[in-house]
Order: sequence, then C-alpha cells, then structure tokens
Amino acid sequence: MTASWTIDGVKEALGAKKISARELAADFYKRIETRNPELNAFLTLSPERARRQTDKIDALVAEGKPLPPLAGVPVAVKDVISTRGIKTTCGSKILRNYIPPYDATAVERLEAAGAVILGKTNCDEFAMGSSNENSAYGPVKNPLAPDRVPGGSSGGSAAVVAAGLAVASLGTDTGGSIRQPGSFCGIPAMMGSYGRVSRYGLIAFASSLDRIGPFATNVQDVAAILKVIAGRDPHDSTSTTAPVPDYRAELVKPVKGLRLGIPKEYFGEGMDAGVRKKIEAGIEVFKKLGCQLVDIRMQHTDYAIATYYIIATAEASSNLARYDGVRYGLRVDDDSLLAMYRKTRGAGFGAEVKRRIVLGTYVLSAGYYDAYYLKGQKVRSLIAQDFRDAFAKVDAILTPTSPVPPFKLGERADDPLQMYLADIYTVTGSLAGVPGISVPCGKIGGTLPVGLQIFGAAFQEARVLQLAHAFEQAGGAAV
Amino acid sequence: MKISREDVLRVAELAYLDLSEAELETYRAQIDEILEYIGKLNELDTGKVEPMAQVLSDDQTADATLREDLIVPCAVAEDVLKHAPDPEPPYFRVPKVIER
Repeated sequence: MTASWTIDGVKEALGAKKISARELAADFYKRIETRNPELNAFLTLSPERARRQTDKIDALVAEGKPLPPLAGVPVAVKDVISTRGIKTTCGSKILRNYIPPYDATAVERLEAAGAVILGKTNCDEFAMGSSNENSAYGPVKNPLAPDRVPGGSSGGSAAVVAAGLAVASLGTDTGGSIRQPGSFCGIPAMMGSYGRVSRYGLIAFASSLDRIGPFATNVQDVAAILKVIAGRDPHDSTSTTAPVPDYRAELVKPVKGLRLGIPKEYFGEGMDAGVRKKIEAGIEVFKKLGCQLVDIRMQHTDYAIATYYIIATAEASSNLARYDGVRYGLRVDDDSLLAMYRKTRGAGFGAEVKRRIVLGTYVLSAGYYDAYYLKGQKVRSLIAQDFRDAFAKVDAILTPTSPVPPFKLGERADDPLQMYLADIYTVTGSLAGVPGISVPCGKIGGTLPVGLQIFGAAFQEARVLQLAHAFEQAGGAAV
Repeated sequence: MKISREDVLRVAELAYLDLSEAELETYRAQIDEILEYIGKLNELDTGKVEPMAQVLSDDQTADATLREDLIVPCAVAEDVLKHAPDPEPPYFRVPKVIER
C-alpha cells in the first residue's frame, strides 16, 4: 500500500486495477479509525455516501469508461460547508444536530468530478479562531507536533491531509483560516480570489471575506481541486463569470524573470526569529529560480487587523442573527418568544462567537457606526489600494504566512487580542480580495513547519500556483 | 474606558443574547482592549477615501451576474421542516407573541 496518495497516484492505481475505489476508501477509513481518536480532526464520517460514490467510480472502471479528474480521490470537507444528509455543525453546539437539505456548490462539483467524501472536519466555531481551540467539540491536535495547535479555523481540514487521512480537503478562509493551518501543518493551502469559488452552501461568517479553498499534499493537487470547484454559480451572485484556466496545465509555465515584491511591512518586529530565517532562505530559492526580487512598501499593513476585526465581526453579528431556535438547530424553550431567542443564543454559542457578536453589534450600533464600521470600510479601501499599487510594479508578493510557528495548545486561548494578532500577515489579502497560497518553507529545528505566503493580483491564481509549484519543485519545503 | 457595562448590556439586548454576570464583565474588559487597539485607525485621515462596499470589480459587466426572473421548482419544505425544533407542517411553531 502506498503510504502517501496523490490525485495522480489514485488515478493510476484505479486505471491499472491495483485497487478499487471502494478498497481505497476502506483503507482510508481504517487509517481514520486508528488516528482520529488522538487528533480529533474528523467530527462526522459519511461511509454510506462514500460507498455510493465508490460504487459509481468502480462501475466506470469496470466498463472501461473514461474517469473524471478526481475519480476515487478520498477527500474531507470542513464542517461549515453544507453536505446534504450529513450533519454539519460548524463546530457549534447551536447546530449540534443540523442536517442540511442541500449540498454546497463546491461539494457538488467535487463529487461530480469523482471525489469521494469521507466526512466532515473539525474547526473553530463558525470559523472564528486561529487555533481550532474554539470548537464546541474539542481542539484538534497538530499531527506533526501533538502538543501544538494545527492552526485555525480550518484546523481539521489541514490536519487530516497532513496526517494522511484524506488526499485533499476543503477549508474556508475569512482572515487566514486556510493559509495559516496549511502553514502550521506543513502542507500547501490556497484561497482563490473573492468570487472565484461559489459560496453557495458555505454557512456564512463574514460574507464579504469568506472563501472556500483546497488543502492537499502538493501544489499540483491544489491546482487540480481549485480547477474543479472554481467558476460561476448562479446560486452565488458574487461568484465571477471570469473564465477558469486549467491551473494544473499552467503550472509548467516558467517563472524566470518574474518580479516578486518583498513588502518591508511584513518583516518588522513581532516575527519569530526561526520563521524569519526560513522565509529568508525561501526567498533565496526564488532568486535561484531566476525571479527578480523587488523591495516594496504596503503602508497600510499595520492597520489591517483593526480593520478586519471591525468588518468581520459586524458581518458576523448580522449573519448569526439567523440562529433563533425557530427553523433549525438548538432551541431552549421559554413561554416568551424573545426570551426563547435570548436563551437559545446564550446557551448555543461559545465564548468567541458571543464576543464577536457583541463587538460586531456594537460597531454597527447607532452612534458608533461612523466611528467604527464606516471607518473600517474606508481603511479597507486603502489596504486594497496598497495591493493594486504593488501589482502595478510586481507579478506577485512574498511574505511569511504566520509570524510564529505552531504554538502550544492553551498557550494563547485566554487572550483574544493576542490570538487576533496571529493573523497579521493573512488578513490583508482577505480584505483586498486577492488570491493567496501558503507553501511549506522548511521546519524550525526539523519539527515545526513554516509557511511562505504568495499573493497574486485578483484572478491571477495561475501565476500564484506556478510560483508555488516552482518553489516546491526546487526543494522549498526543505530549506 | 471605551465600553461600559451598560453598553455591553444594551448591545446584548440588541443581539438577543443572554450573558451571565461573569461573561458580561469578561467581554467588557476584552472588548475594551480590542476597541483600544482598533482606535489606531484614527491615525489615518480618511476624509477623502470612499468606503469599500464591493470586494472585487473585475471586467464583467454589472448585469453579468444577474439572471432571468424565472420560477423554478423548490420542493425542500418537507426536508427543512423535518429538522426544525418544533415543526407543525407546513409551519414552524414558536411561543405566543401576540402580547407584544
């Protein structure tokens, strides 16, 4: 049995009839059974749904028919993404028994491309967090260092791929929730431009920031998954009609001569010395690949966290108003409707979610709207302009993904502001709407993974992936 | 101090959120610290800056994402009601609200 599967590896094994899709899925479930009790990365498994899909794939193989691009590939889906008939909790008590009546478009597209959904992955409650410690179902352990967090909020999706419990997975990114856990778990992880992947069926946290994207063990597989899930969806009016290139085919384009911006503001104080050393070594790899490094300034970077926590909490307070104990999820009974709302929400939401609802409601409330929310929207314009100005000069931007390596479980849990500051390098791109990837860039002391982040201009996912692929092929993961 | 105990109570009321005494004080202190940090945005003169109300404007025309206004079947009511806390098909049942 191959220890580490890739999309190509699965295709070859199925085509050569070395293994059936059913056997492959069973093998993955066996690994999950062994490893998940320790990692707590899967919340729900969906063997029946997986069986229906593997039967379809095995029938195609038996009939000698052409196989779809992700045929038989075992994948996992973050528990904030709707799956018809499969419990979707958002890591929250308030949705403990919620079973969606429909599939998210990204899920539908994965299955139409032949992927086999093994189950749903743990995450911070409603995707609010940077360590996966805000899940109502317990934290996820980092498979590379079990005393440390896997990052968040898509910690489960990162951990299952890093631990070999799925070939790829879907996560969601609002302020760094794909890229940072990708970095902490030592695997590539990508968010496309805002509007690149449909949000239909993604249970909303902050609608102007939320994006769905892939985790995999290599950049080629990330490209293949993004290609499948990207593209216009009539169910999401913010999804773009821009054509979807064949990202995987585009990977081989040369990166020599590309201009890469190194923004001074991302290399200031607060960065761990070990992270800095690895990122500097990573930048050297791009130099050797013949890229041209350009020092640039992005002067509003330092205001990004403040801006993000106004906009994200404001949108969250509005989006989470729907959990009222009437249509789905938890209800705590009371004779009065309003008291029923208050008790249900008070009992159903965890601490971080309540904190953000209070903050978000406050910044939107009469008398504070202009001072906070409107101010935040204006600074968001300035941050987006920083990116447009930069991309007038360079083809892509290189930064660390996180200022620190994976931290210990519990280390930051009691200090929300310190936890928010861990997102300092990722929230900028979220606010600007541009695509970004985190690629493995060495391990501190041989154990703690570091991620290098590559931002591209809006809808330049192909360029971002080319650079990430070239970096990976040049040994970037071992700097 | 940026936010008082009364502010937190008022906001929790607006958000229909029951908070315990302990939560009230913890959140007040934490949100106070966060608002203090957010205050750094006032260093920036944004007098002539437009708020960013739309994330990306690529080359597509404004109506490219609009669809025809057509009626399509949507028979999900049974599925949806099945998972409601207190369904009485075809309705959701809630506590009496008439006094209000």
